[in-house]
Amino acid sequence: MTENRSYLLQGNQACAYGALAGGVDFFAGYPITPSTEIAEILASELPRQGGRFIQMEDEIGSIAAIIGASIAGAKSMTATSGPGFSLMQESMGYAYMAEVPCVVVDVQRGGPSTGLPTKVSQADTMQAKWGTHGDYYPIVLAAASISECFHMTVRAVNLSEKFRSPVVLLLDEVLGHMRERITIPDKSELELVERRKPTVPPEWFKPFELTPTHISPMAGYGEGYRFHCTGLTHDSSGFPTSDPAEIKDKLDKLKLKITQNSDEICTYKQEHIDDCHIVVIAYGVAARVAQQAVRIARHKRFKVGLFQPDTIWPFPEKALRKALENADLAIVAELNQGQLINEVKRIAHSKVKVDGIFRYDGDIMTPHEIVKKIREAN
Amino acid sequence: MAVASTIIYDYLRGKKKFPHVWCPGCGIGITMGALLRAFADLEIDKNDVVMVSGIGCTGRMPVYCDFHTLHTTHGRAIAFATGAKIAKPNMKVIAVCGDGDGLAIGGNHFIHAARRNIDMTVVLVNNKIYGMTGGQYSPTTPHTKLGSTAPHGNVEHPFDVYELTKGAGATYFARGTVYHATLLQSLMKKALSKKGFSVVEVMSNCHTLYGRLNREGSAVKMIEWMKENAVNIKAASRKTPEELEGKVLIGEMLDIERPEYCEQYEALIDQLGGRPKDKPEAEESPEPEEIKK
Ligand code: SF4
Repeated sequence: MTENRSYLLQGNQACAYGALAGGVDFFAGYPITPSTEIAEILASELPRQGGRFIQMEDEIGSIAAIIGASIAGAKSMTATSGPGFSLMQESMGYAYMAEVPCVVVDVQRGGPSTGLPTKVSQADTMQAKWGTHGDYYPIVLAAASISECFHMTVRAVNLSEKFRSPVVLLLDEVLGHMRERITIPDKSELELVERRKPTVPPEWFKPFELTPTHISPMAGYGEGYRFHCTGLTHDSSGFPTSDPAEIKDKLDKLKLKITQNSDEICTYKQEHIDDCHIVVIAYGVAARVAQQAVRIARHKRFKVGLFQPDTIWPFPEKALRKALENADLAIVAELNQGQLINEVKRIAHSKVKVDGIFRYDGDIMTPHEIVKKIREAN
Repeated sequence: MAVASTIIYDYLRGKKKFPHVWCPGCGIGITMGALLRAFADLEIDKNDVVMVSGIGCTGRMPVYCDFHTLHTTHGRAIAFATGAKIAKPNMKVIAVCGDGDGLAIGGNHFIHAARRNIDMTVVLVNNKIYGMTGGQYSPTTPHTKLGSTAPHGNVEHPFDVYELTKGAGATYFARGTVYHATLLQSLMKKALSKKGFSVVEVMSNCHTLYGRLNREGSAVKMIEWMKENAVNIKAASRKTPEELEGKVLIGEMLDIERPEYCEQYEALIDQLGGRPKDKPEAEESPEPEEIKK
């Protein structure tokens, strides 16, 4: 890839090139439709750039390998789809608990189970939030264009490094395989984040030190800092604890490093919010449809706007509340039976009616389906 | 003896982490001692070692060892270790697993790591039972023996860990027992020095569960049984099959050469010009077609 040139790329390709641009130097994966192109490109490109690729024996091995590689010091990533994402959940919990930066791309397909391997869906929205057991606060991004497949992969790597946390990037079958024009930015235009390294003498190093930002410096292997890492609830030195105060400190740390920094993590886009009575809320590929629907409806002089979260977890709560200030109707458009709508209902003022338009038959909704809903409301 | 017993203090994490979680008399402690002495004999720098484990009684070992230690999810030690090794190929990576952790839930990772012949040493503590969860039968529990989930005797048949390891493609396999602690130490030394996937199966005693359920007696009695029933592989060739019936073969059983995974992958990076210093020679990668402006 040459920088500053335009290419016609598929979302999966853009995601793979975004990983390389974001500094990913370790990828482990297992073949699964519709995400496989990401692995294929990185298998070819990573060794050319001094990085490493491995095809593991399953998705459980893939997530384990990227966590091991990240703790060793690599920027690591895997990509999968529903069934693989389900298999990864246990060790994703490990990565939340042990605060391991890594990126998991889920190119969503229809489910449950084997579902619809070659058809679009956004039904992993809640799984990305609650997929593994226990209390934890994930960072989940949803891309809506090929350009975002590139840039959000870079951002996912950066967020994972900064917050010492797994970051899930949700794509879907349509984005993964759809082609759009994308300009690959110059490396100098991309800001890359590196995890904070310890500066204290090794004997003082605490891998899970409590800090004001709740983020602790992290050492790699062979850097002189020997430390213990476990999925058992641990104290700031990394060793298992059963002390109630230390247990609470750990779980608060996992929560606060995300919730206290949510203004930095959360991004969103909005259109025509200032004068609208109806706000269409959509994310991922459905937001592209919603964008078009809002344009058509405005053309027909409906006072309608669009709110599109890039970060669905944590949800840009303050921004949505503000966007709904003058509205009396919110329409949530999703390619599932209604998942993020519950979050919108939780956030919306009581005077706002929240309605949904859901499609889950394997096809993407059309702008006219949303326009029809807008028309019905008026 | 005095010297031998203090050497391992250099490799232990000190008093704060003790007492350990294991039952008095459990063979896992002897296994850890032999392993740390092997490291000491080889004068391996602690900063160069990654010790990975999964879940179970054996899985607790890394807490006590002063390496980079990684206590992972159940069965996944070898998969985590694979990532760590590939990311940092110069590190000495070892995985310690029990028989349930390594061969049941983790069996897939075990055979595929062996097939890749990735450079790491697996210490497989085989006490023929799930200890930490209370004595359920495992993939190495002998046929007809009792476990808390095999109350009528085990219907299944166990793995032969040597055949499994060899068949999967590993380049080194040895078996020891916790009675033969010095032999165990030397087998571990050999395994740690081997470039490739090496396995040391340690026949250990879980007197608390396996021993009690199967009326095999105390820790001492179970370890004495190993003394009396272990036959070194070198001596075994002079014995008849009848004489070997019910015996445990110990010693080095596999030591072959095959290309190692990381070496091959690093060579691929060199060949593709992937190292920063030889970047200019990089052969152009195929790229998608540019849009004509
Ligand atoms: S339960 Fe068995 S294996 Fe576990 S520590 Fe006790 S004796 Fe050892």
